[in-house]
Amino acid sequence: MRFGVVVFPGSNCDHDAWYAVTANLGHQADFLWHGDRNLKGADCVILPGGFSYGDYLRCGAIAKFSPVMESVKRHAAEGGLVLGICNGFQVLTECGLLPGSLVRNRNLKFICKPVDLIPATRNSPFTHAIPAGATLTIPIAHGEGCYTATPETLDLLEAEDRVAFRYADNPNGSLRDIAGILSDNRNVLGLMPHPERATDPLMGSVDGRLIFESLIANLTPAK
Amino acid sequence: MSEITPEVIAAHQLTPDEYDRIVAILGRTPNLTELGIFSVMWSEHCSYKSSRLHLKKLPTRSPRVVQGPGENAGILDIGQDAEGNDWCIAFKIESHNHPSFIEPFQGAATGVGGILRDIFTMGARPIAVMDALRFGPLDHPTSGARNRRILDGVVSGIAHYGNCFGVPTVGGETVFEPSYNGNPLVNVFALGVFRKDQIFYGKASGEGNPVIYVGAKTGRDGIHGASMASAEFTEESKQKRPNVQMGDPFMEKLLLEACLEAMATGAIAGIQDMGAAGLTCSTCEMGSRAGTGIEFDLAHVPQREKGMTPYEIMLSESQERMLLVAFKGRENEVLDVFKKWGLDANIIGQVTTDGILRVKNHGEVVAEIPNRPLADEAPLYDRPHTQPLRIAPLEAPAFASADLTADLFTLAASGDLCDKRWIWEQYDYMVRTNTLAGPGGDAAIVRIKETGTSVAMALDGNGRYTLLDPREGVKLMVAECCRNLSCVGAEPVGATNNLNFGNPERPEIMAQLVEAIEGMAEACAFFETPITGGNVSLYNETLGDPIFPSPVLGIVGLLPTGEPAGIGFREEGHAVYLLGGLGDADDRRMGGTQYAKQVLKDLWGLPPRLDMAFEKQVQTAVREIARSGIAQSIHDVSDGGLAWALAECAFPNGIGVVAELDSDLRPELLLFHEGPSRVVVSTADPAALEALAARHGVPALRLGLTVANRLSLANHGATLIDTPVDALKERWSTALASQLEAELHV
Repeated sequence: MRFGVVVFPGSNCDHDAWYAVTANLGHQADFLWHGDRNLKGADCVILPGGFSYGDYLRCGAIAKFSPVMESVKRHAAEGGLVLGICNGFQVLTECGLLPGSLVRNRNLKFICKPVDLIPATRNSPFTHAIPAGATLTIPIAHGEGCYTATPETLDLLEAEDRVAFRYADNPNGSLRDIAGILSDNRNVLGLMPHPERATDPLMGSVDGRLIFESLIANLTPAK
Repeated sequence: MSEITPEVIAAHQLTPDEYDRIVAILGRTPNLTELGIFSVMWSEHCSYKSSRLHLKKLPTRSPRVVQGPGENAGILDIGQDAEGNDWCIAFKIESHNHPSFIEPFQGAATGVGGILRDIFTMGARPIAVMDALRFGPLDHPTSGARNRRILDGVVSGIAHYGNCFGVPTVGGETVFEPSYNGNPLVNVFALGVFRKDQIFYGKASGEGNPVIYVGAKTGRDGIHGASMASAEFTEESKQKRPNVQMGDPFMEKLLLEACLEAMATGAIAGIQDMGAAGLTCSTCEMGSRAGTGIEFDLAHVPQREKGMTPYEIMLSESQERMLLVAFKGRENEVLDVFKKWGLDANIIGQVTTDGILRVKNHGEVVAEIPNRPLADEAPLYDRPHTQPLRIAPLEAPAFASADLTADLFTLAASGDLCDKRWIWEQYDYMVRTNTLAGPGGDAAIVRIKETGTSVAMALDGNGRYTLLDPREGVKLMVAECCRNLSCVGAEPVGATNNLNFGNPERPEIMAQLVEAIEGMAEACAFFETPITGGNVSLYNETLGDPIFPSPVLGIVGLLPTGEPAGIGFREEGHAVYLLGGLGDADDRRMGGTQYAKQVLKDLWGLPPRLDMAFEKQVQTAVREIARSGIAQSIHDVSDGGLAWALAECAFPNGIGVVAELDSDLRPELLLFHEGPSRVVVSTADPAALEALAARHGVPALRLGLTVANRLSLANHGATLIDTPVDALKERWSTALASQLEAELHV
């Protein structure tokens, strides 16, 4: 499987994502420069964590105007996979690929710690390989990870089974404990926690592998 | 304005003698711009004029040292990767004390920014940051509210800068003492990694090579920051807020990526960041190191504000700027990289052979100074030193505990020993996915993906010990820092120091500095940890009250990459050993301990006694235990003594110990003395542990067995302490947040 990791100015988890899918999971990955439109044949585009464009104005607000995002939007519209992690999730909400927005944590502080995630649906390319009933331990590292949306949007997300993950113990005030959501055609996932940081036993948890393994199994035709 | 009067000279913190020297160097009277340039280069902060004479006593060499003091950071060789490439680490610690008092958030943030630039200007990618923080007590009757605000601002500033830049903040220490009420300390350590063939130096070599300015535009911020950091605080200092620079970590991240990419083109001859004293320092130091001159025109310097004078441009400390020298004819390769990253990059001048720093403004010469006397021949003072200032009695007061378990709870709730999670959870300690051991352990460990080795690092300082005896106190600090590394299996290989002291013009303060440096020299030589660089911060006094002498040491060690044991007891039924034995103490040597500070609210006597040879023996044994895998947990005994060390072993997993001791020391001393050379180890293989310790000639005292949720210590059958772990842990883990969050609701 081929991944593409977007590099915005200010991305700082780009290398971590690249390392996770290549060294830890054994697949191919290319970096995709924000000023280019070429996705280099990626099956799945990862929008990594960090502070794209310094998070000036609002998190992810400037990234949506970058040339690469035009290609990412087209890729998503054609059914291609897109995984936005942390700042990548913020970019996805800013550019309209996902509803709602991410605002400052309830305690107004940056929070970095492992949290427990409850998979809310297994009906997606990102979650289908997660064993039923499993809880995933995956780190968060964000200052603006509080998910907000209108009650109607939240109801719709739930009605359409598009909440992908919930926090077991809500760290940031996200409405309805939401940690990650899917697009309406289920090929775009935005996730505040960092699955790429939980793909190596030396880092304390390998639960993030389940998300990447779901993607990989999804792309590999059954024989 | 441009007339140089005695008042103007004094306002630049230059003495009449220093001014005469400037006139002699120039052979004429300086103009105001030149006076400003001399004043920042000859400030204490930049020139080390009070400390240089004594810093020469420090050991700086070993087979691993590639670069010692004098460059932007020290460099150590850490060995080869599988392909035979040599790899190095660059590291240094630096203070941003004065700015952090005036404006805590920006002061701390730009402290992080400054040290990161020191690392990547040498070609290394920063992979870890740690910080040593000192504040006044949060519950201080008159300064508590301000201290809480300073802590909150400093922590937010460090988090803001480090998290956005994308470097993990992996550890550090936070200590509270009234002597820091009006003078907090913010010391930031950074470490980077690179191949040996990727090292760059701050040298302006090659006649005619273009000099290029890159990064943020120059503004009026931070003018005279270096000289501010070299003066005592007065009430007027609060008016100096414009002297504190503003940090932009996004700009710094771009600068990092662009610099490393530009270096890879092979078109760069030398590079240096603009830190303290900005454009002045980078131009004259780069020229001085290479024995060359630099001629440039201020008209080409990107400026944020209109109408800046040459004086202001030369002295600005605007952040996120670098100066580099490219090879003539290849400058476009460099400029293209910066253009790609959207950064300003202008050719401002060229390297000359005359050794002169020649500054023009639209073609007109506004300053002309020989580089070498400016950069390297700053005044050197052998300041008088007498007996170190001593503000505590030698003899101990009478003391006896009414309830030792209650005393342990007092320690748990104290600012120095309580859980610092409230602080370090604001730091992204995992970004770059290399953090094998983050905050909360004895030492942080960061793996190096390319080599299969890991780097361990620890910061240590103990102002109480160094106040009671600067020389012995510093030796204890070096020993403890090395012990922290040994507990995670790392071999200490090099050190960086941050010497935070009061006014060196007072002989009793100068004596503290001299004794501390000499103690550090002896201990660093003994433990084979050469000092490869660092920082001296003097004049840490407010309204005449000096801080405790507060040297901080950062030591790095090497170990094979693997899963560390950690400090916490893991399961019930493991044997708990005290390596190094119970140690010795008397009432006098209890005066610097956390027990004296938190329980007795007092300070007296002498620091604990250290036997460096025995310490080394214990550390050698501990390193082997850590690497052998026979330990379930390893944690050294330091602040708070044995009882506190066992409590810390119990917190991570709620597994405590029932320990039976056999000692003639009275309980207060037995439980809480801070004698060095001791390490708590739990193991499922007692025979192997005992055999290993015996082979090293190190006593391994069996204390008892681990149990769930209980911490119990008895001596000769009499129970001294008995408590559930969860109750103690609750007190420990909520103490800091409850003190700080009281403020948020005001």
